[in-house]
Amino acid sequence: MNFKLKDIVPQLITVLAVVLVFGFFTYNAQINMENRGIDFGYGFLSQESSFDVQFSLIEYDGSHSYFRAYLVGLLNTILVSVIGIIIATILGVIVGIARLSPNYLINKFAAFYVEFFRNIPLLLQIFFWYFAALRALPLPQDAEAMFGVFFLTIKGLYVPAFIWQNFNIFFYSIVAAIISIIVIRAHAKKVQENQGKQIPVFLISVGLIFILPLLSFLIGGVRLSFEVPVLKQLATTSFIYEGGVSLPPELIALTLSLSLYTATFIAECVRAGIQGVGKGQKEAAASIGLTPNQVLKLVIMPQALRIIIPPTTNQYLNLTKNSSLAAAIAYPDLVLVFAGTALMQTGKAIEIVSITMFTYLTLSISISILMNWYNKKIAIQEK
Amino acid sequence: MFKYLKQLTSLVAMVAVLFTFTTESMAAKKSKTLKNTQKKGFVRCGVSQGLPGFSNADAAGNWTGVDVDVCRAVAAAVLGDANKVKFTPLSAKERFTALTSGEIDILSRNTTWTLSRDADIGLTFVGVNFYDGQGFMVRKSSGITSTSQFKDGISACTNIGTTTELNMRDFFNSKGISYEPVAFEKADEVVAAYDAGRCDTYTTDKSGLAAQRTKMKNPDEHIVLPETISKEPLGPVVRQGDAVWEDIVRWSLNTMIEAEEYGITSANADMMKTSDNPAIKRLVGAEGELGAAFGLDNDWSLRIIKQVGNYGESYKRNIADTGILPDRGPNQLWTKGGILYVPPAR
Repeated sequence: MNFKLKDIVPQLITVLAVVLVFGFFTYNAQINMENRGIDFGYGFLSQESSFDVQFSLIEYDGSHSYFRAYLVGLLNTILVSVIGIIIATILGVIVGIARLSPNYLINKFAAFYVEFFRNIPLLLQIFFWYFAALRALPLPQDAEAMFGVFFLTIKGLYVPAFIWQNFNIFFYSIVAAIISIIVIRAHAKKVQENQGKQIPVFLISVGLIFILPLLSFLIGGVRLSFEVPVLKQLATTSFIYEGGVSLPPELIALTLSLSLYTATFIAECVRAGIQGVGKGQKEAAASIGLTPNQVLKLVIMPQALRIIIPPTTNQYLNLTKNSSLAAAIAYPDLVLVFAGTALMQTGKAIEIVSITMFTYLTLSISISILMNWYNKKIAIQEK
Repeated sequence: MFKYLKQLTSLVAMVAVLFTFTTESMAAKKSKTLKNTQKKGFVRCGVSQGLPGFSNADAAGNWTGVDVDVCRAVAAAVLGDANKVKFTPLSAKERFTALTSGEIDILSRNTTWTLSRDADIGLTFVGVNFYDGQGFMVRKSSGITSTSQFKDGISACTNIGTTTELNMRDFFNSKGISYEPVAFEKADEVVAAYDAGRCDTYTTDKSGLAAQRTKMKNPDEHIVLPETISKEPLGPVVRQGDAVWEDIVRWSLNTMIEAEEYGITSANADMMKTSDNPAIKRLVGAEGELGAAFGLDNDWSLRIIKQVGNYGESYKRNIADTGILPDRGPNQLWTKGGILYVPPAR
């Protein structure tokens, strides 16, 4: 017996208190639900949902089940989060580096952007992009085509659809290009370590990613055509575009506001990361004859990333959770479709809210695990 | 001396405890919600976030509307003052949870009475204070004058968490028209989006369309199509499990409707005490002991009529005079060609 009583008693009391509090709430909910004749159960998930959703990545209409509606909402949440994270990261890195630029104009502009967008509440920004910016967009019949094929209207952005022939051959050619790039990189690294010779990996990679898919067009029989959206009249003053792909304005406004907002925080993480690398590192790298590009790529960034990744993970989590503000502007995400409409139609408040909470928890933890894995990978490995 | 004092206090305490127990049990028999309401001194009422004619707050925070008047009637009956109401604005999504969790005691928020809501989620509908049906609003300039002119690809703005969403699907499916539903959480956002041109049509209960139309930038640019695609009986709701409270709310509403039937108004209610008609005398508390059944005094119905008015007065004040729906349509008394018909108060 290694541990003492006074070590475990506080722990036991804590566990007991937690169990008691949960037990009390469960019991209370049970009694009250019984009194009001509310049944508890997840059976409703297989029932027909009988409501439609505006925008869905999988086939769905009201004749599908509530579970399918849940999936629709979940996928829409994931979609907006993934697009948001990608845009926010690119923008954040650019702005973060720009804030360190010696150029006065670039530097101040980046600082202004960060201070402006991170200090306005996100919900307000979403409303701004949706209601203010949307109102300024033209009606479908007044929209001017961008590059002849894109139409940005109050009802959404209409883009041409890709019509592929032999798409699988094209797909395999891209996979082949990626695999060969990985092989070549590994080989180049070996060559450099053994013989000190450098192979222009970047140029070869760019070449491969263009040439292989191009070959699939020339000799593989892959054909690509575009289906351009065409204006269709519904009534005297009411039009839509048919054909092509339409991106709803709700998705555009939400992605835009989420990424512009989160990018400011990522920019600050990036700036902190770069400034956190000692000045001597840069000078030492320069003194052994590395070019400024190599200094950034080989010396500064690997060290800066270790500072950047953990706080950036938080920003990714925030963005995912903030995407639930979608409900305000009718983007059919998990909260609007499942914790909104489905909850209302079934009245299963406790069940649906618990599923929704659990889903967000799972999403957040997955992102967390992924980022921690990456963080470990780039951490200093003591040899 | 101190010893005696101690014994005395404990005796007093014991008597006090016993006394509270007896009154508690009597009140509990009466109604838990009624008891809590009387203790708090106000009726907790859930209303909409702003629907002119039904429940709408002015700049000073005064609520008006026919839905609001139901809560005021209950306050007049139970507490003696129609102003002793605390209003909680709720979205369509929040409303039932607020009621079942006990945050409010009456939900009077243009809520459609359906089987699944009544039977499934711990609610009880007490009656109908407005007979409505779902319709569509379009821009006049679109040239659409009937739902038969709707075409594939039409976008429809509406609220989430309503029967509207379900009716809309049934309607478009039966017509074989593909449509884009754009569903917002708040009515104001639906109106803003439709007004901006995001949607070709705005669909909800016709009374709601008429009321929201008054909020548009230019109301004359919009029309409500003649078709009605569903039945929407709107009425107040209470929690399941308190039968006495349910009766109080039901009969407060019924009193307003029956008062109109017998021509009793807020102005002449006192004079009606000397009426020859026993039905009228019962309604103004001059005959019978109707209030006792709920644990209320006998003037409860008189207070409703005097302070809130009868149903016709409420309709005129809130819906007709504000230009929302001057024609009462089905919401006319059964004696005048409508379908308002309530059981007799006796």
